[in-house]
Parts: sequence; C-alpha cells; structure tokens
Amino acid sequence: MAVSVDEAVGTRPARDRTPRARRFGGRGRAVLEVALLTVLAAVMLFPALWMIETSIKENRDVYAIPAKFFDFKVTMDHFKDVFVASGGGRSTLSDSFLNSVVVAGASTALATVLGVPAAWAYSRFAVKAKKDQLFFILSTRFMPPVVVVIPIFLMYRQVGLIDTKLGLILIYAAFNIPFTIWMMKGFVDEVPAEYEDAAMLDGYTRLQAFWRFTLPLLLPGIAATAVFALIFSWNEFVFAIFLTSSDSVRTAPPAIAGLIGGTTVDWGLVAAASVVFALPVLVFAYLVRRHLVAGVTLGAVRR
Amino acid sequence: MSDPAPLTTDHPGQVASATPPAPGRSRRSRRLSDRGLAVAFTSPALLLLLAMSVFPLLWALYLSFTDYSATRGGPAQFLWFENYTAILTSPQVHQRALTTLVYVVGAVTLQTVLGFAIAYLISRRTHGRGLLTTLFLVPMMLSPVVVGLFWRFMLDAQFGVINSMLGSLGLGQVEWLTGQRTALISLILVDTWQWTPFIMLIALAGLTAVPTYLYEAASIDRASEWFRFRTITLPLVWPLLLIAVLFRAIEAFRLFDLVYILTSGGPGVSTETLSFHVYKVAFLGFNTGTASAYGILMVLVVIVLTQLYLRYLNKLKED
Repeated sequence: MAVSVDEAVGTRPARDRTPRARRFGGRGRAVLEVALLTVLAAVMLFPALWMIETSIKENRDVYAIPAKFFDFKVTMDHFKDVFVASGGGRSTLSDSFLNSVVVAGASTALATVLGVPAAWAYSRFAVKAKKDQLFFILSTRFMPPVVVVIPIFLMYRQVGLIDTKLGLILIYAAFNIPFTIWMMKGFVDEVPAEYEDAAMLDGYTRLQAFWRFTLPLLLPGIAATAVFALIFSWNEFVFAIFLTSSDSVRTAPPAIAGLIGGTTVDWGLVAAASVVFALPVLVFAYLVRRHLVAGVTLGAVRR
Repeated sequence: MSDPAPLTTDHPGQVASATPPAPGRSRRSRRLSDRGLAVAFTSPALLLLLAMSVFPLLWALYLSFTDYSATRGGPAQFLWFENYTAILTSPQVHQRALTTLVYVVGAVTLQTVLGFAIAYLISRRTHGRGLLTTLFLVPMMLSPVVVGLFWRFMLDAQFGVINSMLGSLGLGQVEWLTGQRTALISLILVDTWQWTPFIMLIALAGLTAVPTYLYEAASIDRASEWFRFRTITLPLVWPLLLIAVLFRAIEAFRLFDLVYILTSGGPGVSTETLSFHVYKVAFLGFNTGTASAYGILMVLVVIVLTQLYLRYLNKLKED
C-alpha cells in the first residue's frame, strides 16, 4: 500500500497500477484518445473546409460526381460575383452586406448605450425586486422569434417601420439588451464599489464617480459584450426575413438565403457569399474567446 | 449605501489625477439621488424591452381571442377561447408537437453526450487545449443560414459530398432531405453538428474547474477511474451541464431558421416543428388570430422551461 507522495502527485491523471503497466496502458490510452479527438475534430471542421473549397472551385468541379477533394481548378470568380454584379457595378449581395454592417453596428451601439448604465445600476444599487427584474429581462430573450414577429409585424405596419433599417435596428437592440445587461453586470460586479465610494468621499457625485473611475475600467468588458451583440445581430435571420423585403434594406442572411430561391442554384456563389459572411464572425469570436462561456450563455454562466 | 465608505482610497493615483470639487453632500440627499440615478439608468433599457417584447406579446394575447386576419383587415370579432380549443384539439398540431419533441429530445441528447465526451477528452490533454477548443467552436459561431444552406448542399442526394463519400466507401445512397424519416434525422444531425460545441464549451468550463487535489486524494485512496468519474467529476460538472442542456432545450424548442432553410418543413410535413407551423398559419394562411393563440401557447411552454432554467441558474449562483 505504500504509495509515495511524489508518485501520486507527479502526473495529474495518476493511475493505480505498477509503473510498467501504467506506462504502457497510459500511452496506449493516450494514443487512442488523441486519435478519437482528431477524428471528431475532422468531422466538426470538414463542412467549414468543404465550404471554403467549394467557394474557390470552378462550377464544373462543384457538381462533379464523385466529389473532387484535391484536383480541382482554383478560381476567384465566385468571390468576384459576390461583390460585382454581372453587368458591372455593385451587386445586390454587396449592398446587403453593407446593410448588415449598418444594422448590426447601430443596434449594437444602441444596446450598449442603454444596457451598460442599466447593468451598472443593477450591480450597484438596491433596486426593488432586483432579482425578479433581472430574470424577467433575461426571459424576454427566450421568446420564440416566430411568435414575437407576428405582433411586431402588425405594429411596424401600423407605424411605418416595416421594411426599414430603423425597424430592424430597434428590434435587434431590444433583443441584445437582455444579453448586454447580464453580461455587463458580471463585469461591473468585478469592479469594487469602493472605488466609487472613495471618489465620492473626495467630493465627486455618484454619476461623476461612475463616469470617471468605473467606466474606464469597464471598457474591455464593454468591448467584449459589444462584439457578442454584433455577432448576434449579424447572424440574425428570422426578424430580417419577415420585417424586410426590398434589396435596399435587406441584410445579408436573407439575401444569401435568397440565392437558393430559383430553379438552378449557383452553389459556388452560395459558398463564397457564406465564406465572406462568416469570416468576420470567426475573427470576432476569436478576439473574445476568453469570454465565450459567458457570451454564449447570454451572460448567465461565468467562470 | 450599506457600508460606510472606506477612509482610505486603494488607488490614490486615479483619484488624485483630477481636482476634486468641494465635498459637502449629506448622506440623505445622496441616497435619494442614488435612487433617482438607478431609475434614470435602468428605465430606458426597460422601456425599449417593454415596447419591443412585452407590448407585442400583450397584443398577440389580445389577437389570440379574435378572428383577426392581417390581410383581410376590418374589425376583429371576439371568439374568446375558440382559437385555443381549435389548436389544442387539432390532430395537425399534435403531430407537430410530436415532431418537435422528437427533434428536441434527439438533438439535445446527442449534443450532450458528444459535447461532454469531447470536453472530457480535451480536459485530459495537457498540450494544445486552447487550439483544440477554438477549432471545435467554429460551427457554433456560424449563422444558422450559412449552416442550413451548406448542409443542404452537402446532403444533396445527387451531387452532395456526403453521398459521394458513402458511394466511394461502397455504401448505398441516402435521400437525406427528401425521405420522410431521414429528413428529421438530418435536421437532428445538422443541429447536433452546430451545437455540440456549445455543450462542450460549458462542460469544459466545469471540468477544468474541478480541483486537482480531489483527484489526487482519490488516487491515494486507489479509487478506480470509473469511481473517480462517478463520484468526483460528474457531481461537480452536473449542475453546469444541466444549465447548458436546459438552455439548448429552450433554443431547440423555438428553432425556426434551420428548418426553414434546410427542409422548409418537408417532405410533406415530416420536419414541421411547432415554430414552423406557427409561421405557416400566420404568414401563409393569414389566420393571425389563430396563429397568435398558437404562439401564446408556445410562449407558455417557453416560460415554464425558462423558469426551470432560471431556478437552476439561481441555485448554481448561490452555491
């Protein structure tokens, strides 16, 4: 029974076997685990790689049977088609990308401007029924979009917001505010309230204390939160397809989905448009990778 | 407000940088202004939420008691609970509910098992953890539009790459999106592909938070690996995993975009979930009143699930 402490503590997944058997079993098992992980990673990544491959293939090779994995001709035509219309000039797809930038940017800005102060107030003050309010705020985010869009559609038709960028910006801001408040409250909780108390002892008002001392410390958190809000608005599809119809307003997700409406589908173009659409998201997601757990659970889980 | 403010500042550098205005506010007026500030800071966000989330739902609630139609216009007639009884007794709706149930249970179960397995495998590696995690997370960050479109292309019965690979392995071709049974399975598979990383990410957060000394203590006691997994790993990760599972269940229940793009509910109605059916009633049938009642019933289910989710979340936070 004499197990030396060194041996037990040395390797983290320490095993209770003789050293020799352990080395063999451990290595065999590690190889198996790495192999399994590699296979799983390949399966998870294959569709993304296939999408990139399709976007640079010539049409002939896109529809080849059996599928061509390596020996295909590389072309950038599909990417050109994404941005340039067949007769020259800007394509409708590129317009929709611009619309997406405007809508996602403006709605994120609005959600941040409204959400950050609210998060600070919920973190610092004894608001009445605080917990209930916060849970209510989060639960609005869980409403099925198809259900919400019916009355929103009627409401927008009434006030003339249907098929406008402003309409989309407002609904996306409303849909990002619960996330912003929950995510930011976590960041505000991490900044000690004593900083503000100290500033107030020096004669600043509470508002000045927030503005001058707390807000600068929150900037990295605000940036991360805004990036997530940007991704959510950028990827959103349901509201976009029901609340907009004209090319000058339509954002990228419904525009890309519209590419498969006709009788023949140019899958090379779909792939290229998808790559252009997904690339910024992946870059942004990489930038906020440290906050991913909090981000994807809408700020509810923090580790 | 609660504790008296500390007399010394921890970060004199920050405070000293500006010239402070003259002090001299009583505690009382400060408390009052705090309350004012709290209201001023929270109400704009709450107002937007009320206007864009609560008010529409109340309107839908009102419409659900009428025979209003968005195209016909004209005054709506009150039907009271007729819409609700029509939906609750409709065999069509029952079928959609069953489809949704199969889809939610199938997809979430698959995601949980796979996601947890991947997280467990990654947590046992010491090198390349960050890179592996990042690679596995790619599907989750993609828009459902991109995911749906692309899988539609890959699952195409004629020139899809999946059937092509099956063919070169000597296996038969599968009608992924056009077969009655297989279409729902395809939907579950695609959703699993996209959301397994979500479970993995949260399970990984739980797994890496398990203190190492627990394992060390167990290995000193010569506990078997399965015993360690069952008595240390699982109980510590379980609460977090449950949060992730509930979250996914809510999301899967309200899923619309993937169905719309991948199968449009077809073939026939084999992949029509409740969300998709609501859409058809509202935007293709223009029975706005019925669709509203249908939607309100879905909202009730979501509220129950959300309450469950928030209760567990609360419990997790208090521990």
